Amino acid sequence: MTPLAEPGKSFGQRLQSAVADALIGGVIAFLLFCLLLGERTVDNVTGLTLMPRPMLLAVAVGIVVVGRLLLSLFVWHAEYPLTTPFAKLFTRELFDRRDLIVLGSVAGAAALTLIVASIVGAPAYVLIAALVLGFLFIGAMRRGIVYFFPDLPYARMFTIGGILFVILFPLCSYLIDKAFHLGLPLRYWFDLSILVLTYVMLGWGLNIVVGLAGLLDLGYVAFYAVGAYVFALLAMHFGFGFWMCLPIAGAAAALWGIVLGFPVLRLRGDYLAIVTLAFGEIVRIILLNWTNVTNGPNGISDIPKPTFFGLPFAAAGPVTFASFFGLKYDPLQGIIFLYYVILGLALITNLVTLRLRRLPIGRAWEAMREDEIASRSLGINTTITKLTAFATGALFGGLAGSFFATRQGFISPESFTFIESAIILAIVVLGGMGSQLGVAIAAIVMVGGFEALRHTAWLQDVFGQEFDPALYRMLLFGIAMVAIMVWRPRGIVGSRSPTIVLKKAHAISSDLVKEGHA
Amino acid sequence: MAYFLQQLINGIALGSIYGLIAIGYTMVYGIIGMINFAHGDIFMVGAFIALIAFLLLMSLGLTLVPLALVLVLIIAMALTAVWGWTVERIAYRPLRESFRLAPLITAIGMSIVLQNFIQVSQGARVKPLQPVITGGYELFQQGGFEVILSNIQILIVVTTLVLMAAFWLIIARTPLGRAQRACEQDRLMASLSGVNVDRTISLTFVLGAALAAVAGLLYLLYYGVIDFYIGFVAGIKAFTAAVFGGIGSLPGAMLGGLVIGLIETFWSAYFTIEYKDVAAFSMLAIVLIFFPTGLLGRPEVEKV
Repeated sequence: MTPLAEPGKSFGQRLQSAVADALIGGVIAFLLFCLLLGERTVDNVTGLTLMPRPMLLAVAVGIVVVGRLLLSLFVWHAEYPLTTPFAKLFTRELFDRRDLIVLGSVAGAAALTLIVASIVGAPAYVLIAALVLGFLFIGAMRRGIVYFFPDLPYARMFTIGGILFVILFPLCSYLIDKAFHLGLPLRYWFDLSILVLTYVMLGWGLNIVVGLAGLLDLGYVAFYAVGAYVFALLAMHFGFGFWMCLPIAGAAAALWGIVLGFPVLRLRGDYLAIVTLAFGEIVRIILLNWTNVTNGPNGISDIPKPTFFGLPFAAAGPVTFASFFGLKYDPLQGIIFLYYVILGLALITNLVTLRLRRLPIGRAWEAMREDEIASRSLGINTTITKLTAFATGALFGGLAGSFFATRQGFISPESFTFIESAIILAIVVLGGMGSQLGVAIAAIVMVGGFEALRHTAWLQDVFGQEFDPALYRMLLFGIAMVAIMVWRPRGIVGSRSPTIVLKKAHAISSDLVKEGHA
Repeated sequence: MAYFLQQLINGIALGSIYGLIAIGYTMVYGIIGMINFAHGDIFMVGAFIALIAFLLLMSLGLTLVPLALVLVLIIAMALTAVWGWTVERIAYRPLRESFRLAPLITAIGMSIVLQNFIQVSQGARVKPLQPVITGGYELFQQGGFEVILSNIQILIVVTTLVLMAAFWLIIARTPLGRAQRACEQDRLMASLSGVNVDRTISLTFVLGAALAAVAGLLYLLYYGVIDFYIGFVAGIKAFTAAVFGGIGSLPGAMLGGLVIGLIETFWSAYFTIEYKDVAAFSMLAIVLIFFPTGLLGRPEVEKV
């Protein structure tokens, strides 16, 4: 299964080995699935019984056999892997005739499917064909732009464009929607964007600990929980507002970062990961069982929303945001404000990270990540360095946590399970550790993409009405996590800019950077 | 005293199950130096395979329980071993030469995949099984409290002891065990001396998964109820056990499993049952901080 072509072999030989390989794959798939997919346990009055599902088993094994056969014939062992032209769309290599034939025929087939399916009325196929065409179009556009303007600073343009977009997106879409009465599902878009931005912020916060300092933290959600609960408890008992609690929650989380950081100073690598995981679980179990303070599994509700310089976003009241500015009340105003709050918090996280990287402490983090013993022998105080990394990361986790509490209005220990830590860590690693842009992209793909999957009805057109996309969401999430990691172990953005430069910044391949081994 | 003895018996039975899972962690960590995060879920898959195989044999008319259990044991070990092999092949082997975090991320991904695969294919509700092995021996009675050693507890401890002995023989006496120990010491040097490293690592995963399947079957018989989430907590505790005993050491894993099982049982019996996981996890932190190499582990020397 080497990805290299084997030109010495004839097609017959390759077919033979591909068939053998596919059959072995089929046998393994059968062994894997024969009981777990082939039978389903059903609860009955008499106890558990089995319901055989031979069709499902046959389909699953068939997919493995056919998929493996096609892949090994046309991609893995082929003299000319069919994926080359698609990959070339995103490089600067020249196309040859074969590439153009492949791309053209795929585009033609997709266009034909699009036309036929829209006449017949099969929305699922329309969508798939449109996605394929869109992919090809983006690739062609990219090649075109790069061909005509080879030397533009694309990374910078992309970053600035992205920041402008996220700043303008809610206001513009809101104004456009109101001006033209389009009735867009704005509420859903904003909620999704707020969710994604929360994870971007968490990713950037964890990136300080994992990406810069190289300390593998699997219990980051503990700080998120501390921030959320500190705010919720202060609001419940003392009636404090969001803005007053935000710094307190951040400070409390940072303090917890130091408290939990102290015992693990001597640990490294995977041991550190498992102890931080244990701490995360301990915090969750305590929140769950310390009923007279945290209200246990029932959680805390009625957490206040943030105010705009003391003006609440409410339908009625003495002075509200809407009445002060003479606007008509609209619940979307509050949501847009929340959007800007989390956007501001996330950008502050990013700014602080970028600035800290240039300070001595940031360089000490990176030095410690590369080699702890060497940095210690050069006079870096690793205790302080580690604790500041934990505290800074925890601070942003706490801020994000109190934002989470105010957005939801309700928190319970259920929101702070290990899976949250895993998702945040996956965002950091899949984004390419240390790359701020990569983390943002990974958050959009992993959180936004899979959250959108929860609400799409089109999947039901493909798989039938009883198909529940929400059920398959986490399964696909896990598969994507494994697939992206195997495909690009260094993450989506696999290069980074150096911290200090002499004249011109060259991107460094992240293969040269050691990570996760502090 | 009677209460104490009863808890001791319960703790040993629970600890044996943790020990069996812990062996999978300790072998994999010893040989490739990574936490196989999906191992707890392999245990869960093993329990599900055992449950389905048992129900299937029952529905085929096999009513002789001991024979059915032996068959279930063989089926579960074989099929779970295939799962262990597949997980290694898909998620870990391509990343063998990559940086340390990469296989940990795919392991977490695989753990999510396995949990949700079972949830999707078998449903999210708990799966109860009627007690298969009942009865037991009343050891003695004190103040109205009976100390009972149930048959299933005997089965758990005996199975664990037999498998431990078998594994110790495999590691100490067979060519496979020699290859494993060689890979553990120096993978490059082992491959230069003719050891097939990929095959040895695959076999390690296969053996670990087979043991996890046994643990799954025993768990199913002991508690009589499983769901798709049992792998996570059991996995972390078994890892705690492996670390406690000294990672890389088979007797250490067993010893660690017993200690964790006893701590958990006694904590539940004498303090609060809600905080039993906190006790186990705190134990992990304390052990790692004060005995980073565990009870029976070798100290790790870092060369500069």
